[in-house]
Amino acid sequence: MPNNERTPGIESGRLAAEQYAQNFSDLHPAYETHEAAVAADRCYFCYDAPCTTACPTDIDIPMFIRQIQAGMPKEAAKTIFEQNILGGMCARVCPTETLCEEACVREAAEGKPVEIGRLQRYATDDYMQTDKHPFVRSADTGKSVAVVGAGPAGLSCAHRLAMKGHSVDLFDAREKSGGLNEFGIAAYKSVNNFAEREVAWLLQIGGITLHHGKKLGETLSLDTLSASHDAVFLAVGLSGVNALRADGEDKNGVADAVDFIADLRQADDLSTLAVGRNVVVIGGGMTAVDAAVQSKLLGAQNVSIVYRRGRDRMGASEFEQDLAASKGVQIIENAQPKRILGNGAAQSVQFEYTEDKGSGLKGTGETFEVPADQVYKAIGQQLGEMPGGLNVENGKIVVSEAGQTSMLNVWAGGDCASGGDDLTVTAVAEGRDAAESIHQNLMG
Amino acid sequence: MADLSANFVGIKSPNPFWLASAPPTDKEYNVRRAFEAGWGGVVWKTLGAEGPPVVNVNGPRYGAIWGADRRLLGLNNIELITDRPLQQNLQEIKSVKKDYPDRAMIVSLMVPCEEDAWKAILPVVEETGADGIELNFGCPHGMAERGMGAAVGQVPEYIEMVTRWCKQNTRMPVIVKLTPNITDVRKPAEAAKRGGADAVSLINTINSITSVNLDAMSPEPMIDGKGTHGGYCGPAVKPIALNMVAEIARNPETHGLPISGIGGVTTWRDAAEYIALGCGNTQVCTAAMTYGFKIVTEMASGLSAWMDEKGYATLEDFKGKAVPNVTDWQYLNLNHITKAHIDEEACIQCGRCYAACEDTSHQAIEMSDDRVFSVKDDECVACNLCVNVCPIDDCITMVEMVPGETDPRTKEIVSDQYANWTTHPNNPSATAAE
Repeated sequence: MPNNERTPGIESGRLAAEQYAQNFSDLHPAYETHEAAVAADRCYFCYDAPCTTACPTDIDIPMFIRQIQAGMPKEAAKTIFEQNILGGMCARVCPTETLCEEACVREAAEGKPVEIGRLQRYATDDYMQTDKHPFVRSADTGKSVAVVGAGPAGLSCAHRLAMKGHSVDLFDAREKSGGLNEFGIAAYKSVNNFAEREVAWLLQIGGITLHHGKKLGETLSLDTLSASHDAVFLAVGLSGVNALRADGEDKNGVADAVDFIADLRQADDLSTLAVGRNVVVIGGGMTAVDAAVQSKLLGAQNVSIVYRRGRDRMGASEFEQDLAASKGVQIIENAQPKRILGNGAAQSVQFEYTEDKGSGLKGTGETFEVPADQVYKAIGQQLGEMPGGLNVENGKIVVSEAGQTSMLNVWAGGDCASGGDDLTVTAVAEGRDAAESIHQNLMG
Repeated sequence: MADLSANFVGIKSPNPFWLASAPPTDKEYNVRRAFEAGWGGVVWKTLGAEGPPVVNVNGPRYGAIWGADRRLLGLNNIELITDRPLQQNLQEIKSVKKDYPDRAMIVSLMVPCEEDAWKAILPVVEETGADGIELNFGCPHGMAERGMGAAVGQVPEYIEMVTRWCKQNTRMPVIVKLTPNITDVRKPAEAAKRGGADAVSLINTINSITSVNLDAMSPEPMIDGKGTHGGYCGPAVKPIALNMVAEIARNPETHGLPISGIGGVTTWRDAAEYIALGCGNTQVCTAAMTYGFKIVTEMASGLSAWMDEKGYATLEDFKGKAVPNVTDWQYLNLNHITKAHIDEEACIQCGRCYAACEDTSHQAIEMSDDRVFSVKDDECVACNLCVNVCPIDDCITMVEMVPGETDPRTKEIVSDQYANWTTHPNNPSATAAE
């Protein structure tokens, strides 16, 4: 008898084959041309537009929307790529409801912003399906830069440097580029191997040599890189996972949400992925939502997100919270894990309600249990061990506005560096800006 | 409930909404559907002289321009007059009129500029029981090349001559349809009146090319790689038509001449505006061709509700009421001073008013660091551009300055006296105010 949602334990193949494809299809289907025209017509072409101000990469949004209106989506895409070479991925994963679309004057006017994210997707898809690259590399400068980490920040930095004629060695610890774009976001946000295709498309600029399986501190040394290259950009992300600090964390069935999300993205056949009948995700950010929603979509019967504070404090946007709720995920707020119960394998998690009366978060003493075959920890990640000499504060590499670290000729950006907000789009902006700073430094 | 019935030069209809001479009125089937839908009358699509009918192109006849979401704003056509045999049209007109005696049945006519041609067609039209005729002096394409349509409408002497022939040869009221493709619409209207016309109707369509196909390098609509100018109509032409109607209504030579208003009538409001400018009824085409005949329900109910609200019992109660307020620029009151005012509560901070004023006008809007927009009264000339580009209704309004206040721009005290250009000191031909 095949498995179903109510099969006890952690099992694969809970759904009918065609259900997987349906569950993991595109979250926001792409616009048809007429839909895009109608959506674009809603843009007021604001002066000094608030949406552009709200965009971490400063994309000239009214301009690209006007270019769509005028029947030139490829020109629109160029406007986007000039500021954000990963505009295709950002169109899929940006929490637009807290960035450009929140700032849209139509949000103020009628609570219904111009759908900027979907318009950006329309333009960038239109361009990328031609498989052409929008930029031409400048003449070789003879300078070389090492970029460590092929995630959004590293890719963005490498592209901008290569475009300006520098030679870039791009290193990544994994066997595949893309970083969190490839391993860290829900599958329904990047269907049809988009992340992988985007990297290949980006590399068409030329001048970038990829080196996979190279991890800083293990097979790669900052000193060596500094000696062999004119500059180094660190975009290593956050490799460590925070501990739960609850009893029983070592029981079977307890895992890191980021690993689950990565495994799911790399799986060829989703029906082979095992998922619990009862899944509990602990945390309140985008990762928690991605893990919880995907558990549900894999066929788990009961999925809960448990967060230690109120929903208003969750890192996941309201849209993401609503998405989770719409997929049948229960969000339990103001509760912290006490212990994971079970004999060898997890069976349930005991939580304690919390309150914050102004002197920090405290347990109330009242507890409850949630059945759990699988427990995913999504309580944040931390910087891995950094080479000596790099100034690290509060778990981030300290950088200037231009991305310069405390070490000569070493820049850093993305999630590993200070100042960001752990968003893909911010990482892209930091990579780009660091590249500009490196370029100035090398050529100045 | 307001009475919508109209009596236009003796032709009665239950409402002032007629379908204009055009494809919707080309045959019995359509016209019966129109009357069932509630249209007050039709002007049957133009009949030509007895003989082989005209032929139409077999490629596209229409071109268009669109607004957001492909809302049709302007339509252009290169269709000719009816391409069906005269006798068939006449039989159908008679049959429909018999079944709908309360509806207006006007027949549009276009025959060569020879008295005999008119003498031949008028009796056979009369025989159908039609209520009146409309002389098509406006068709801008095809027929004009053959010396008819706009070719007649552009020469006042011909208008007068043909109108007179018709008046002498029929008992039916004669409506002369005018072309807008002239420099001064008052001249053809005056000619029609001299010829004895009972009324004029306007506007016919405007010479136009809707777009150029940039691949084929041909005007649209394109027939085998070539295009020709067609007649433009629809919402886009209404402002042009309203002005022409107003010019005729206020011209002492033609004042009081009944007018049937045509051009972009799409909702009840458009019709009300035409009537306010002196029209006895309106004719509709593009709106029906875009949305179908059912729109007349909205038009009739809307006009009726508005009339009730305003206390107008009949169309006559507001017909022409706006005509006395149409004047020449030189008579506008230069002492009427207003200033734009932005309602901060309603403002959504798009900044369009700022961009428009700063880039293209008088630098009279200020933008603060936190996007609060305000009007600089000492710069504002009250041009109204900000009002027009603002996407929010009533967010920017023009506030009248009260006499006695000082205009911050001119530093002059606002006068309560009417004063216009004719007496202005800067006018070299000014006459002293009396």
